[in-house]
Amino acid sequence: MAQLTLLQAVNDALKTEMKKDDRVVIFGEDVGYVGGVFRATEGLQKEFGESRCFDTPLCESGIIGAAIGMSLYGLRPIAEIQFLDFIYPAFDQIISEAAKMRYRSGGQFTCPMVIRTPYGGGIKGGHYHSQSTEAFFAHTPGLKVVIPSNPYDAKGLLISAIRDPDPVMFLEPKRLYRSLKGEVPEGDYTVPIGKAHSVCEGTDVTLFCYGAMVPVCTEAAKKANGQGTSCEVVDLRTITPLDMEAILAAAQKTGRVVIVHEAVKTAGFGAEISALISEKAMEYMKAPILRVAGFDTPFPYTLEHVYMPDSVRVLRAIEKVMKY
Amino acid sequence: MTVEMVQILKPDGSLVNSKIEPKISEADLKKMYRVMVLTRFLDERGLTLQRQGRIGFYVTSTGQEAIVGSALPLQKEDWIFPAYREHAVGLFRGFPLKVFIGQLFGNSEDLNKGRQMPNHFAYAPIHYVSISSPIATQVAQAAGAAIASKIRKDSAIAITYCGDGGTSEGEFHAGMNFAGAFKAPCVFFCSNNQYAISVPVEKQTAQPVIAEKAKAYGFPGIRVDGNDVLAVYQVVKEAVTRAREGQGPTLIEAFTFRMGAHSSSDDPTRYCPKSKLEEWSQKDPIKRFKTYLISKKLWSEAEDTKLIEQVKQEISDTVTEVMKGTPPSLSSMFEEVYQEMPLNLQWQKEELLEEARAKGEFLDSSEAFPL
Ligand SMILES: Cc1ncc(C[n+]2csc(CCOP(=O)(O)OP(=O)(O)O)c2C)c(N)n1
Repeated sequence: MAQLTLLQAVNDALKTEMKKDDRVVIFGEDVGYVGGVFRATEGLQKEFGESRCFDTPLCESGIIGAAIGMSLYGLRPIAEIQFLDFIYPAFDQIISEAAKMRYRSGGQFTCPMVIRTPYGGGIKGGHYHSQSTEAFFAHTPGLKVVIPSNPYDAKGLLISAIRDPDPVMFLEPKRLYRSLKGEVPEGDYTVPIGKAHSVCEGTDVTLFCYGAMVPVCTEAAKKANGQGTSCEVVDLRTITPLDMEAILAAAQKTGRVVIVHEAVKTAGFGAEISALISEKAMEYMKAPILRVAGFDTPFPYTLEHVYMPDSVRVLRAIEKVMKY
Repeated sequence: MTVEMVQILKPDGSLVNSKIEPKISEADLKKMYRVMVLTRFLDERGLTLQRQGRIGFYVTSTGQEAIVGSALPLQKEDWIFPAYREHAVGLFRGFPLKVFIGQLFGNSEDLNKGRQMPNHFAYAPIHYVSISSPIATQVAQAAGAAIASKIRKDSAIAITYCGDGGTSEGEFHAGMNFAGAFKAPCVFFCSNNQYAISVPVEKQTAQPVIAEKAKAYGFPGIRVDGNDVLAVYQVVKEAVTRAREGQGPTLIEAFTFRMGAHSSSDDPTRYCPKSKLEEWSQKDPIKRFKTYLISKKLWSEAEDTKLIEQVKQEISDTVTEVMKGTPPSLSSMFEEVYQEMPLNLQWQKEELLEEARAKGEFLDSSEAFPL
């Protein structure tokens, strides 16, 4: 099996689906000729031609609006937004249009499309190349929000997203784009949307995370293990629809929960997980549910390394729930 | 194409027609030239600092320094809504070099307090509004400032800058349309450097002359040779005068070329033919202006050599000084989110300070990524 980076796995998934389904088209800013500023679409224009993979004008509302039109017409568009931080000109098209098309037309019209975009911090990108605003999209019924944390899942989840009958936000943790490699099978396979995955088993504390926070939590779990605390790490992989059964089972198993995301703490997705556990499994809890998250400030530049949750901060939270 | 390109200096530095030579004082001519040279070497140093890992990122304006011509007609009360390649405009209007370099380092010498990545300048004393990454957002804001000036019956005008790529964003339309509808004192300056990262302008719009877009909004559009500082000065001066006299906005398209990479994260050899670079290096705005100044007997090679030494020294001294700065304090991260710090931020700040004490060293990451 090939050892690929997350970025290569994304490229592989796109290629696999483009080969299989001639309705799949890919476009965005700098996506065609040079293959994307991160090179996620490298080689696709050459292999599949300019009508399947192309550059667009610099206009996110146009990119997403056009993707909606194409999906209504019967194509399977994959729109790349260069950075999640630049998606807001398209917010109306995503929130008011793509997300609601099926519902508002009584199922007459649908928008099967994927919006791929790098998100998250850790690359010294300042306010506008670093944010994690997945909660905006998770707060919108009609959208699915998928966030892979490793090359294998990235390919399998992206193929699922492309085949999904509903619009999918596919958020790629850019910090992990090239920082780790993993085994990725050739050709066609899928990882189901809406299913969490237990990265490592444990009995004392359950860590919930996704995206770039998965390796951070794994590292924290290792450190905790050295101190005699056994941690379960659950990678959510999809935040909408949420794998509620898996979350409740993992929370009940240990009775101690720490939720980790790099997004702003207040009204971040961690609050949703915490509320779910409080509502459905409070009686199993041995300690308060803690969140380790970005601070309620815009994403800073020089102090990025302080802002981003790291394994030390996660470990402190683990110690806190153990001491409670 | 119905719009012609305004040019005063030919690429070889000679006048197209001596009758259209603008009247600019010797002091202003020399100041513009100095800022252009300063900008060129500042960009060179900025890139070097980035490659040495001393700063995280840099954007050059190499080849586009003639934009300084748009700064001369402005008055102190005017407002500037920049994109990110208008270094020369800021420096000409009074942006201190130390503030510029301080921002690159994001340390205690940075007025922005290390909160933004390099090249995202802001300097309130000259109304140089805070730069942000999202393209073209400033265009609509400039229209707003211009409308405000009109509401208050002030004489201030607003000028805003964007690239050819920026014209594709909805906010370009919004800003142009607002300014037109309100007949606001606003000048839209589009630097058509022919690329938006890798995307050539032909793919950006089916209209080969961006200045023509003004028609759709009911005000004049003018195309100017963006490498000709005198022509840039002249057309902006006329647009500023129109705006100040209540005749509404103007769109200026400065036809130019980005001689460097898009940013320190970019490699233009992947998409830009070498021949294009060679073609445009013949049209260098600094060389052209220098030839003109020498022909007017306002400048000499000896003075030029001295100036280059001077600006290099000034940059070096400032870099050395700024590098003595210290990183922003942890608590500064929580300040100025609002005027007053709400409880959630106070709690988070206290928690962080407590953790920091327990934690000791922080890890750093500085991998190069395309921004
Ligand atoms: C809303 C938004 N979308 C995408 C980007 C990423 N991006 C940064 S610069 C750039 C190209 C800008 O081109 P242009 O406006 O022509 O200006 P130039 O860089 O050529 O001066 C792009 C796509 C961004 N900063 N903001």
